[in-house]
Parts: sequence; C-alpha cells; structure tokens
Amino acid sequence: MTVRTSLPQASPGTAEQHRTRRMPPLLLHLLAALAALAVVVVLTLVTDEFTNLRIATVGYYLIAVAGLTLLTGLTGQVSLGHGAFMFIGAYTVALLVRRVPTFPLWADLLLAAAAGGLAGLLAGAAAARLRGPYLAGATLALAVGLPALTRRFQDFLGGSNGLNFTVHSRPSAMVGVVPELRWQTWIVWLSVLIALVFVVNIVRGKLGRTFRAVRDDEVAAALSGIHVGRTKILAFLISAVCGGLAGGLQAFLLGTAAPGSFTPALSLSLLAAVVLGGLGSLWGALWGAVALVYFQAWSEDLADVLHLNTDVANNLPLAVYGVILIVVVLAFPRGIQGGFQRLRGLLRRSAEQKENHEKH
Amino acid sequence: MQEFLDLTLGGISAGAVYAALGLALVIIYRATRVVNFAQPALALISTYLAYSVTKGTGSYWLGFAVAIVAGTLLGVATERLLIRPLRHRSELSSIIVTLGLLLVLQAVAGMIWSNEPLAFPYAFDFVGRFSANDLFVVLVVLVIAALVLVVFKYTPLGLRMRAAAFAPDVARTLGVRVGLMLTVGWGMAAAVGSLAGLLATPPFLFPNVLDGVFVYALTAAVLGGLDNPLGTIAGGFVLGVGLSYVSGYFGPETVTIAALAILVIVLTLRPAGLFGRAKARRV
Repeated sequence: MTVRTSLPQASPGTAEQHRTRRMPPLLLHLLAALAALAVVVVLTLVTDEFTNLRIATVGYYLIAVAGLTLLTGLTGQVSLGHGAFMFIGAYTVALLVRRVPTFPLWADLLLAAAAGGLAGLLAGAAAARLRGPYLAGATLALAVGLPALTRRFQDFLGGSNGLNFTVHSRPSAMVGVVPELRWQTWIVWLSVLIALVFVVNIVRGKLGRTFRAVRDDEVAAALSGIHVGRTKILAFLISAVCGGLAGGLQAFLLGTAAPGSFTPALSLSLLAAVVLGGLGSLWGALWGAVALVYFQAWSEDLADVLHLNTDVANNLPLAVYGVILIVVVLAFPRGIQGGFQRLRGLLRRSAEQKENHEKH
Repeated sequence: MQEFLDLTLGGISAGAVYAALGLALVIIYRATRVVNFAQPALALISTYLAYSVTKGTGSYWLGFAVAIVAGTLLGVATERLLIRPLRHRSELSSIIVTLGLLLVLQAVAGMIWSNEPLAFPYAFDFVGRFSANDLFVVLVVLVIAALVLVVFKYTPLGLRMRAAAFAPDVARTLGVRVGLMLTVGWGMAAAVGSLAGLLATPPFLFPNVLDGVFVYALTAAVLGGLDNPLGTIAGGFVLGVGLSYVSGYFGPETVTIAALAILVIVLTLRPAGLFGRAKARRV
C-alpha cells in the first residue's frame, strides 16, 4: 500500500487536499468498483438479453486481460499460455458443479481461481529461469498441450465434447424478477470487480513498483534488493489467478467447458487485447476486452452483410487480431490508452495556452 | 522390445522434422536475435500452395519446389516489411509482431482453403516400419542441415552472414551489405522451414497442423541452445525419440506436456541448453 508522507508545515489551504489524498487506496478502489457495478447493472437493465451476454463476456475477458497486463505489461514477462489458465479454471468449475453439487457457486469460483493460481505458480517457477523467447515458447507449449489432455482422460474430462452442466445461481426470491442471464451477468461482474480491486491495489502499490523495476532492468532491480525470481513467480501467480477466475466465470456463464474454446489462438487474442489496449495500463485492459468481444461480433455482422462464405467468416476475427498485433506494435506502440493519454495531454496544453493567452 | 524398436525408429523420423524446423528458427535467431513465431505459418502457407499445385498438375515434386520458393519469398518479405522496422525496439515487440503474423497467415489459410482437413500426400511409400518415406525424411533433413552448416562455416556468404549478425557495425565498414545478409538469412531459414512443413504435414493438412510440430521444434532449438545449429539438430533427434517413447507408453495426448516438462527441466539444469555454452549477461 502506498504511504504518503504529508509535509508538516503544510498550509491550511492544502490540508483539505491531503485529507482526500490520504483516503486509503483500497477504499477508493472499492468505491470505484461499486460505481462500476452500478453502471453494469443499469446497462444490463436497459439492453436486451443478447447484449447482456456480451456484457458478461466483456467481464470475464476483462479480468483475464487485466491479469495478462499485469504480467506482460508491468512485469515484462510474455505469456502465450493464458488460455491454459482459463482452461484450468473452466474445468475446475465444471468438475465441481458436476461432482460436488453441494458446493456454493462462490466456492467453485474461488477454487477455479486457486487452481489457475497453482498452475501459474508452476509456470512461474519455470518462468523465473526463462527469458523472453524461451518463456514465450514454454508458455505456448502449455497452451497447445493442456487442452489435448482432455482426450487422454476421456471419462474424467469428457474428451473433445467437454463437460456440460447447469448451474442455478439465482436465489428463489429472484426467479421471475430477474432473467437468469441478467443475474449471471451481475455475478460475473461482481466477481470480476472484486478481483480487479485486488489487482489495482497491487499495481498501484509497492508490489507494482517492484514489478515495474523488474521489467525495466532486472540487474538494477536485483541490486536494489529485489528478489527478481520471486517477483516473477508472484506476477505469474497473480496473473494466473485472474486467468483461472476468468475461465471459471466463462464456464459458469456458458454452462460448458470444452477444449475447443481454449486453443492457442485464445491465448494470442488475449495478448492482442493487452497490446491493443496499451501495454501496462489496466484501463487498456478494459478497452482490450471490449475490443475482443466486439471485433468478434462485428466480424460476424460484416460476414452477414457481405454474404461472406463461412470459411472467410470463421477466420475473420483471428485475422483481425493478428493485424491488430502487427499494426499496433509497428505504428501505435502505446495502444488505445496511450492514445487517450496523448489526447488528454494535448487538451491540457491547449487549455493552458488559452489561459496564458487570457492572462497576457 | 519390438515396440521399443518401432518407437525408436518412428522417433528418429519425427525428430528429423523437429530438427529441420528448429534449424529454421536458429538461423533466424542467429541473424536477427528474433525467435520467429510466424515460422509455422510461413511453412503452412507454402504447404497449402504445394497442395494446390499438386492437385492442379498431379506432380508432387512440382508442388514441393513451389513450396520451397514460396517459403523463401515469404521469409524475405517478413524480414523486410515487419522485422526491419523493429530493429531498435524491445525483444517483446518482435515476439508480438511475429505472433500477429502467425494469426493472420493461419486465418488466411483457413479463409482460402477452409479449416477442414485436406488429404496431403507423403513423398514416398509410408507403410511399415521405417518406410521409404521415413528414410527420405531423415536423409533430406541431414543433407539440408549439412548444407546449411557448410554454407555458414566455409563459404564467403556464410562468413558475411555471421559477420552481419555478430558485429554489424564492423561488418558494414568492411563492405558487407548487412541488411542484405539478414534478408538472405530469413529467406534461407524460411526455405528450410517450408521443407519441414512439407515433411511434417502428411497425412492431413489444416491451419493448425504445424502448431504441435512448432512447439517441439522450439523445444529442440532451446535444448540445443538457440545459437547452435548443430546442437539444435541433435536436440531435434533426441526430442523426437524421447517424445516417441512418451507417445507410445503414455498416449499421444501427453506428448506436448512432456515436451514442456523436458524443456523446463533442461533449462533448470542447464540454462543455455544441452549443447549451448553458458554466456554471461552483460549489464
């Protein structure tokens, strides 16, 4: 947590400012999360069921992308295997719902996050020793290899068809008041926002600075007393917890966990979302998640309008993600959020200029 | 014992393919310090072109030749258009761009030739233990690998390429056209990669067919030390045989995870790879 030291001789005029600043970041982030939840609830109330599903999808992608942002953007570790952590989370929820139906939903989701985290811990232990391309290769192996295991354990993991299940998350009082899907959307966003509060708190705090130090210069970080290996493992752990939760929420929302949804292409699209949003910015994660969902939707619409054949239509989103990765890195390395920041800078400068103009 | 022998022989011909694709990665890594994650997609497009040519003309070898030429051109284009603009940027940039190219090319392949598996022929008869085709695969890879090593080590072109990769500024003052050498390296690598694709693809061709092979090739390259062509070829064969045992005794679905386990264990014990020389990182 950030500790801000206030100047003892602060003038009375600035005391007010200091008090608002000293509001604990955790509380601030909680309030922001509450506000965000309210916005989501309102959004789901004014839109149809179809859009509700998209909003929920943005939700679980958001936490997955935020996790990857923390890892790749803030700590400088490439992961091409985040789809694998989602895979683990999804199957954890599916198995728990089917095998241990007495468990409440929140316990299922918590365990999904924990399972993802466990995998992340193992991946992180390897990652602490691997660098750049080596790490990318190892995590890619995870993304390619893990879903194949469903075919090895047909009976337990359901083979290529995966596991289907139904969850009744709506309390009986809500039946007839709120449609199932809308309720699920709320649950998804509630979980995502709780997780995000933790992530934001970490990123803005001491640990976040440690992450950035490791990203910027490992040797310098080590010299200033940071345990580089441990920091990388921790980043992987947090990131994988987010991935596991995202997978668990996806399974909860769709009522299924199947290997076909967790291809290496998923991992790469998550990376595309991180890069598009702006490496290292959590706001960027939101833009990236929205883009993931809506590029998919728009390319479907476009295929409909242009009467594209199914081969072209099915592959259009992936082609778009690929082009995004290339174009953003070559031409706009700071992504959407970087664009916003530049825009804000420009506005501020022009405002200042105007002020100066008026003064003279 | 019989099974063990079969698995060993099968592993050798699979390993030859990993060695070839791994070699493609190493050539590029030596030239530009980039791991080319788009390599399987470059090979994929050339293999699809081979499929179309073979289907149109009835000649496997014409398709084969077209694939190698197309692969070379794709490699050259990738270096010129995507990699060169990134030469002063971070390692992450080139990883992300080659991944983007991977996605685009796989999607384009799916758009043109559909995601459904297409029957793709073997070069020779493939029935039986260590078939004619297996022999062909191993021989071709060994010949190509030897050729690459000879070019690198004993020809003026190879000398210039090494100079361009290791000391670009010095090389430039001595009159080596550094940019051209890097492009040649990418073309050579992509040609070898396309060859690996043609050998690895049968019996069926679909957009993700080379994903697994690429993971193994990358593992082989890392085992051998990304800098070390000879080590990578050895790594490819060792991995091929090792994974063949895993596949035979534990089931083919566990192979990729086994490759990951091998990768992690080897890098934990020997961070520069089995055959790589440890290198001090400069601060």
